[in-house]
Amino acid sequence: MSEIKKQSLTEEQLRERIEHREEYSNKDKLKMAKVWWREQKPEDRVKNTEEVPFRLSELEAQAEAVRCMDCIKKNCVAGCPVAIDVPAMLRLVGEGDFRGAVRKMKETNVLPAITGRVCPQETQCQAVCLMSKAHKSTDEAVSIGKVEAFLADWERENGVEVPECAPATGKKVAVIGGGPAGLTCAADLARLGHGVTILEAFHKLGGVLVYGIPEFRLPKKIVEAEIGVLGEMGVKFEPNVVVGQTVTIDELLEEEGYDAVFVATGAGLPWFMDLPGEDLNGVYSANEYLTRANLMNAYKYGTEADTPIAQSKRLAVVGGGNVAMDSARTAIRLGVPEVWLIYRRTEAEMPARLEEIHHAKEEGVKLHLLTSPVEYTGNDKGFVTSMKLQRMELGEPDASGRRRPVPIEGAIEEFDVDTVVVSIGNGANPLIPRTTPGLDTNERKGTIVVDFERFMTSRPAVFAGGDIVVGASTVIMAMGHGRTAAASIHQYLEDGEWPSNGEAN
Amino acid sequence: MAKILKKKTIADKITWYELDAPRIARKRKPGQFVIVRPCEGGERIPLTIADADPEKGSITLVVQEVGKTTAYMGRELEEGGDMLDVVGPLGTATHIPDTPGRILAIAGGLGIAPLYPILKGFKEKGHEVTVILGARSSDLFIMREMTEALVDKVLICTDDGSEGHHGLVTEVEKQLLESGEKFDEIIAIGPAIMMKFCVETARPFQVPITVSLNTIMIDGTGMCGGCRVQYGGADKFVCVDGPEFDGYQVNFDRMMQRQAAYADQEKKAYHDYLCRLEAKAQQIEATEKEGAVS
Repeated sequence: MSEIKKQSLTEEQLRERIEHREEYSNKDKLKMAKVWWREQKPEDRVKNTEEVPFRLSELEAQAEAVRCMDCIKKNCVAGCPVAIDVPAMLRLVGEGDFRGAVRKMKETNVLPAITGRVCPQETQCQAVCLMSKAHKSTDEAVSIGKVEAFLADWERENGVEVPECAPATGKKVAVIGGGPAGLTCAADLARLGHGVTILEAFHKLGGVLVYGIPEFRLPKKIVEAEIGVLGEMGVKFEPNVVVGQTVTIDELLEEEGYDAVFVATGAGLPWFMDLPGEDLNGVYSANEYLTRANLMNAYKYGTEADTPIAQSKRLAVVGGGNVAMDSARTAIRLGVPEVWLIYRRTEAEMPARLEEIHHAKEEGVKLHLLTSPVEYTGNDKGFVTSMKLQRMELGEPDASGRRRPVPIEGAIEEFDVDTVVVSIGNGANPLIPRTTPGLDTNERKGTIVVDFERFMTSRPAVFAGGDIVVGASTVIMAMGHGRTAAASIHQYLEDGEWPSNGEAN
Repeated sequence: MAKILKKKTIADKITWYELDAPRIARKRKPGQFVIVRPCEGGERIPLTIADADPEKGSITLVVQEVGKTTAYMGRELEEGGDMLDVVGPLGTATHIPDTPGRILAIAGGLGIAPLYPILKGFKEKGHEVTVILGARSSDLFIMREMTEALVDKVLICTDDGSEGHHGLVTEVEKQLLESGEKFDEIIAIGPAIMMKFCVETARPFQVPITVSLNTIMIDGTGMCGGCRVQYGGADKFVCVDGPEFDGYQVNFDRMMQRQAAYADQEKKAYHDYLCRLEAKAQQIEATEKEGAVS
């Protein structure tokens, strides 16, 4: 990736831009320097769990928002899975009306402090921003994500307005899973006046936001604050309930008086590669490694937390996605002296966000590309000591358009490790399909089948969205599903209509 | 949060808890377990449900102190107080055939706690049940009267010879099988090493044998894979595929190694905790003395 050119503007320059904001033509705006955010230095941040980017100041946010050309196309709105009215929001920010901007943003996005941080804006709103197109670089897009995070933080510090809810309808909805899809759906349904209860398997709400995404990318106090607002809106939380085990969907509908159910249980089934030695001690799924570190706070082991994690000297993460980056960067912060990323293609094909790869490398994560493990070996106590890697070369492009890795015959190398984090993806968790008769799933992927317009399943009154219907995807995609599903559930609660079999799917 | 309705010490370092958990009490079936987290910052540990009262809405757990978390539970949680988190019932239920047969059940030490509800399930369906109960010494048996009242025959076995057979449960198992007694199924629950040898003892007789595995877990819903065991050439997740498995397919040696994955860290945490408790006790004593003087 191109190195980010971090020129900073003086306070005077920022003020001047803001003052003259109404006078600039689009041509002027194209020439306007982007307001770059500052970041914690790599050598500092590897020793803490604070966020990497510093928040934009009020002046910086305003001056950056002024760059928006308020174009007619509004590609950014179409590029946003929850369709935030970005130009309107940026205009209000430019004017310094932060409260107004927050209200605008929250019309469609209930968890902006989260999305501002974890959305892949460079492939969504910012990818299609006219600035990106004009400069032929997504680096030049208006920093919509950073402004969004700024606004959410500004609101948290200046008083959160709890969204007003419509008068109670007397209808009850059970939302299964307290991750991004479930939280979004719950908030929207509460706003519409429905009684909502979120049933969560873990002891804490948040799903992947608390067990998966590390503190340095998404501070947990921010997640707690956003969930707290849902509580104030009247959403009820029931942690420690595993639907399918503690209670079934049928019981929720028939015995507990729920009128509809939204299944948002996520992609909770880690993939392994079925390699010899994969069950050795020290070989983790990314889910386990991250859950120990994040949800269970293993980095505070011995002082504030009782859940241990491997004390590694040389750790290898297998994979090239965002979760792989999160795992590697978590390992760095746990004090692991040598952290490697083992990926079967080259850096250019890595599915992780460029920013994450960039941050990982800055923090000392080393890449070992065009290799893939074929076997793990261990010592007599069952701890992994090395992995056999198959060397690869790039062949023809595959269905994803990326060049396919092809094994080089006979090119096997030994790679010493004491810890491996397998981060090659997740499938759909089978607990609910297994315990809900009549709920259709995709035979190959195990995902719950829905139509993607109303998110209806094959079972009347049962809706589903997020990773459980697509396999592992992004937080914002899940939130988009939650939002659309809420509108659909609302309609169903009003008219009680369910398409007959075959129509929904 | 689950209220601790009753708590009592039933043997050295073994505590009996009755928790208010109506949903779990209603749903649970023999063989299933819960995961508890006793306090903020605490670990999530799996514990088999020893009994349940659906009308009262309570479940029973029998817990042995083996490390910091279980020590904290036994020493600091109070009757009338709360267990911070309890989730379940998890895992699949024991398969209990409708046609009555002859069952041999083997429990080592604390193994009788998870075994008891399974025995109850078999008795409810009219099976004939023989139990081999093993412990280090005769005064260390738990839930013994309950078991004797429930099943057809109980054979006692102690390591020190203070009662019953002097030696291992596997020796009694072997004697029974060699004597020509026919069993449709053996169920063995106890330490991994005991289950391993129960399986080896049964192998030449080709009697089906079921074991209940207790691996390290976090979520208990199949999400982390920490509990995986080698089973018949593939990896299985104990939390959702188990906890009960066909004993002949389990790689016990690997499972025991996985159970010890954090042994050093756990040992230190346990030691540090006990030291802190002692320091606290001494401080209290010193303060009291001071109070008495002044």
